[in-house]
Amino acid sequence: MKKDQEKELDIDQDLTGSETDHTLINQQEVKPKWYKRIRKGILTKTSEKKETPEGLWSKCPECNYICTSTELKENVYVCPKCNYHHRIGSSEYFDLLFDNKEYGELFDNIISKDFLKFTDLKPYQQRLDEIYAKSHLKDSMRVAVGKINGEEMVIACMDFEFIGGSLGSVMGEKFSRAVDFCIEYKLPYLVISKSGGARMMESAFSLMQLAKTSGKLSQLSDAKLPYISLLTDPTFGGISASFGMLGDLNIAEPGALIGFAGPRVIKETIKKDLPEGFQRSEFLLEHGFLDFIVDRKELKSKMSQLIVLFKN
Amino acid sequence: MPQYPNRQFLEFEQPIKTLFEEIEKLKQTAEKSKIDLSDAIKKLEDAIIEKRKDITEHLTPWQRVQLSRHPDRPYTFKYIQKIFDNFIELHGDRNVKDDKAMVGGFAQLDGETIMVIGQQKGVNTKTRQLRNFGMANPEGYRKALRLMRLAEKFNKPVITFVDTPGAYPGLEAEERGQGEAIARNIYEMIRLRVPVIIIIIGEGASGGAFGIGVGDRTLMMENTWYTVISPESCSSILWRSWDKKEVAAEQLKLTAKDMKGFGLIDDIINEPIGGAHWDYDEASSILKSVILRELAAVKSISAEERINQRINKYCKMGFWEELPEDDIVNNAV
Ligand SMILES: [Zn+2]
Repeated sequence: MKKDQEKELDIDQDLTGSETDHTLINQQEVKPKWYKRIRKGILTKTSEKKETPEGLWSKCPECNYICTSTELKENVYVCPKCNYHHRIGSSEYFDLLFDNKEYGELFDNIISKDFLKFTDLKPYQQRLDEIYAKSHLKDSMRVAVGKINGEEMVIACMDFEFIGGSLGSVMGEKFSRAVDFCIEYKLPYLVISKSGGARMMESAFSLMQLAKTSGKLSQLSDAKLPYISLLTDPTFGGISASFGMLGDLNIAEPGALIGFAGPRVIKETIKKDLPEGFQRSEFLLEHGFLDFIVDRKELKSKMSQLIVLFKN
Repeated sequence: MPQYPNRQFLEFEQPIKTLFEEIEKLKQTAEKSKIDLSDAIKKLEDAIIEKRKDITEHLTPWQRVQLSRHPDRPYTFKYIQKIFDNFIELHGDRNVKDDKAMVGGFAQLDGETIMVIGQQKGVNTKTRQLRNFGMANPEGYRKALRLMRLAEKFNKPVITFVDTPGAYPGLEAEERGQGEAIARNIYEMIRLRVPVIIIIIGEGASGGAFGIGVGDRTLMMENTWYTVISPESCSSILWRSWDKKEVAAEQLKLTAKDMKGFGLIDDIINEPIGGAHWDYDEASSILKSVILRELAAVKSISAEERINQRINKYCKMGFWEELPEDDIVNNAV
């Protein structure tokens, strides 16, 4: 009883910033405890912020079907004709999955640092600055908490446009804190992968993230909280050699390319053409590495169905 | 260990080869003319030692990579033979096949039973193919995991010797889940209840190395490298050319010294002057003393404590900047 009262007090202070008004509280649904962790910009509605420009046309890379961007967006970025799943980012997945497109973003104050002063064709720091300048993204993974058909969940989602969704120290740290958050508030964890692999500019530090994330997953496992790994196009290298393949359930979007080594490297090694459908989701399912393939249009309902199955 | 003239010399080792040739000439002269040239020969032999020292003191990171791949360098079986007694090789993953690129088995280290596991490279054209150049398939990683579980069951410490240019990028490897196999090993190794010591004896390339590379201690021999990608592949991806491997090796900071400096490994194991390929006995005896020292240290704590330390160690690895929370404007804008 006392605990519940404390919870209500916390929520009240955080949500309104003013004195408790019990009549108001009683009429509201009881907010989950993690609300107090999210101080600013809680429950972002992104729908109004990122308008799809009218009149833009989009061509399906698979079947060449042309439709308006609005039509594509309404169809959750899946080709209405051939069901090709276009690559989308964290904002789109969060909007798609969280109720009313409302969620609180976590750990977005963690950003990459060029500790090694790594320079290839350009310095790593310059690469980062250029992305910050043209994108709202802070790194290749975003973590958010919210509700899916009323069921609370933490989602960590990669953004491929940020250095190919590469796994570096920031992703490792955000992933780890997300696990801690899940354990603290007893929430299930969904990770949506879309990555070319490790972030080479962080050299061995990026490799070590494989052990770091695995270690955290073992703690999540001890807490008996479900971990679902959703693999999307493409997922390779360090991701498939760590948490990508370590889900209580491993699932994937249709037609996604998923593997350890990239198709080009394999082709050069074996000096043969690769068979049709090699490293696609359907191939992985056939070889026993996926629990099922999920169409993006059914992702939300499947996810809430799973949470219910795990919970009850 | 090959002796001159069967020794192989890398490009930067050529001055040593020249000295060997001079010694050979002197020996022939001495034989023919019956003149005692032992003083002159001794001088040249000393010069070889000096040269070996001089060369390894001034190696570029790329040359260090080349040394780690020296064709005369000792591989896993060599160290097992020189360091352990009573080795019995154990084969197979109990599922698909026996991967010859990954070897392992029980052995005794000064009387104590150990599970020793490592990638094995071949020593000639035939065995190189047999060993698939030290590139394991999923069944290799699964064999390694089977052996580690066996060790855990009977409470025997695990020692792994890492020496691979990478996990094999093949068609069947993908069919059988190369990613999953490595991921599973990393996950299981971090929770293994027995002491685990990792030694990088040659090449420590990425996930292929890490698949047997998670433990209580990670030690790198002096002339080895360890990072997320080979300099060649890194060059081809980031520089879009195969010609930048030297620069890539520099930028990746992949030497034992770099890795120790970053706190990503625990220590560097000295090699004989000029590299392990000059003296297998000495290389093995240094390695053995380090293993004994590290094993004693990790054995002194409980399994629970070891696992916690292991997880905490890896959780600390990484670098990032943390902006003050007040500066955060929700970035879904
Ligand atoms: Zn289409």
